[in-house]
Amino acid sequence: MGSALIELSAIERVFHLGDSEVHALRHLELAIDSGDYVAVMGPSGSGKSTLLNLLGLLDRPNAGTYHLEGRDVTTLSPEEQARVRSERIGFVFQSFHLVPRLTAAENIALPMTLAGIDPAQRAERVAQALADYGLSNRADHRPDQLSGGQRQRVAIARATIMQPAMILADEPTGNLDRATGEDVMRLLEELNSRGVTLIVVTHDTLLGARAHRQLLMEDGELRHDSAVLEKA
Amino acid sequence: MRAPDLIRFARDAATGNPLRASLLVLAMAIGVAAVVVLTALGDGARRYVVDEFSSLGTNLVIVLPGRSQTGGFNPGNAITNTPRDLTIDDAQALLRASSVQRVVPLAVGTSEISYGGKLREVMLAGTNAQFLEVRRLSLAQGRFLSEGDWRRGASEAVIGGKIRDELFGAQSALGQLIRVGDRRFRVVGVMSSTGQGLGMNTDELVIIPVSLAQAMFNSNTLFRIMVEAGSRESIDAAKTQVTEIIKLRHEGEEDVTVITQDAVLATFDKLLGTLTLAVAGIAAISLAVAGILVMNVMLVSVTQRTAEIGLLKALGATGATIRNAFLTEAAMLSLAGALVGYLLGQGAAALIRQLYPTFPAYPPDWAVIAGLSTALVTGIVFGVLPARQAARLDPVQSLAKR
Ligand SMILES: Nc1ncnc2c1ncn2[C@@H]1O[C@H](COP(=O)(O)OP(=O)(O)OP(=O)(O)O)[C@@H](O)[C@H]1O
Ligand SMILES: [Mg+2]
Repeated sequence: MGSALIELSAIERVFHLGDSEVHALRHLELAIDSGDYVAVMGPSGSGKSTLLNLLGLLDRPNAGTYHLEGRDVTTLSPEEQARVRSERIGFVFQSFHLVPRLTAAENIALPMTLAGIDPAQRAERVAQALADYGLSNRADHRPDQLSGGQRQRVAIARATIMQPAMILADEPTGNLDRATGEDVMRLLEELNSRGVTLIVVTHDTLLGARAHRQLLMEDGELRHDSAVLEKA
Repeated sequence: MRAPDLIRFARDAATGNPLRASLLVLAMAIGVAAVVVLTALGDGARRYVVDEFSSLGTNLVIVLPGRSQTGGFNPGNAITNTPRDLTIDDAQALLRASSVQRVVPLAVGTSEISYGGKLREVMLAGTNAQFLEVRRLSLAQGRFLSEGDWRRGASEAVIGGKIRDELFGAQSALGQLIRVGDRRFRVVGVMSSTGQGLGMNTDELVIIPVSLAQAMFNSNTLFRIMVEAGSRESIDAAKTQVTEIIKLRHEGEEDVTVITQDAVLATFDKLLGTLTLAVAGIAAISLAVAGILVMNVMLVSVTQRTAEIGLLKALGATGATIRNAFLTEAAMLSLAGALVGYLLGQGAAALIRQLYPTFPAYPPDWAVIAGLSTALVTGIVFGVLPARQAARLDPVQSLAKR
């Protein structure tokens, strides 16, 4: 599995709450291929978000190694990790996380602004993204002037604007009604069909079933992996 | 992040909360305005005194009859015991001193003056042609006393503006004959108005040649001798030489007081300069208070924007970028406050000048620069802590905040 995009081995993540310890992730072994579409499911508190944060380099494991595109990223400095996040990883959140004072276009451009990409190129790519996600007539609207579905479309446009290798989505449809959530999932799946690795945390078994691979978490452990089943 | 983007981002963040922004700007503005106004007042006072003294003439050494006990500036004391008179010959002898450029003898007294049936009491000053230049005065009309022998002198008079108005009204005064005491003088010039100042007010003065004044007062003595040194550097030399010459002429006795205007002026200058500095320091404290306010408000802002900071990190912002964004915001708010304060302060100073036209309430350059830079520096220094706090936030926990 040398070509795997993501390789986790012997990952442990422990939170200390006073005297008690919470094992959010226990001896996790996981490999995800480039271009895969993975659904992460499991009960609340099972460690799904913790896993996603780890994959997105927002969090560090207490033990174990994480190889991203063949490179050990657990030992990188915070600055180097920020760079990896900027260039290789796109996040989509349940609560959208748009900057309220910025317009849709400015929110979409934010990762490029942070990365120091020149304004001309930014404008070009934002215009393209707005068109792609059907937001051209909403470019100058602020988040509070947008519907939930539109906000999540802006968030997806923002997540993809740096052309990342993978999209990490933590319950992206959790705050949306079924029809809107369906639209959002279609957009994400379309990105996956163009080669972007897609990892989605969801409580919805129907949505989870649409992924190529299902992971079931329970109490910090990987209980069930559909990929392992197929091989067996 | 590029600098223009950083600035725009900080600006949007600052204006995103107008109340917070205006509070900070106001706090800074008050501090800077206080520095500008208070130093304008302090320096205005210094300038006022210095200007008034300078208007008496520059590089002046003044010889008073009588030995002052303290050696300080105390003309009242100096006049009490007068062993030997200062005479016109004494004054003339001073011209020999190498450091002395001009010498002006001065005899003063009161007399009656009349013209066309109008009569009034005036202050009479007997002097020579150099009086005008040494005292930095100017003429409104005609000419000043003519050069010539100090011991003789033509019967001509230069009168103050107010006397001219009272005696002549709309009529021309030049060439008219007036009666001063029991003599007749021809009016050759009219002094320009000097306004009220520290110096002798020339508006109600009649100036005639010194020898004629002495004759009229029936005395040989001079009220004082004004000596102008060749330059600022030669004031001390002039003082020594003048003292020596008079001593020699008064049979080895040092029975005059010689004061330099510079010494008095320097004392005032230093005193009021120190006062201005102290006042500026007190005003600067309000800037420090404003700085603490900046820190607190920025800390609150960091807590309020925790989720945003987490997001920026998720989107690839480094700690340095976030720190810079918050620092830029603090600096911008401080700068805005400093500029508003500067304008307010200058406006207030202008208002003071408008209300009191003789008072030069201009803030000194150093105070303006110090005020502005203190505002900027405190804003940034007190912005460091919140900025570092923002940069250190854990992205996962920040994102969890709503
Ligand atoms: N910062 C933290 N400090 C302490 N405990 C934490 C922290 N973050 C997560 N945990 C604990 O780790 C476990 C896994 O949390 P996680 O958020 O990954 O669950 P989840 O599967 O995403 O749940 P949900 O479906 O409710 O989002 C939980 O027991 C949680 O209480
Ligand atoms: Mg979760």
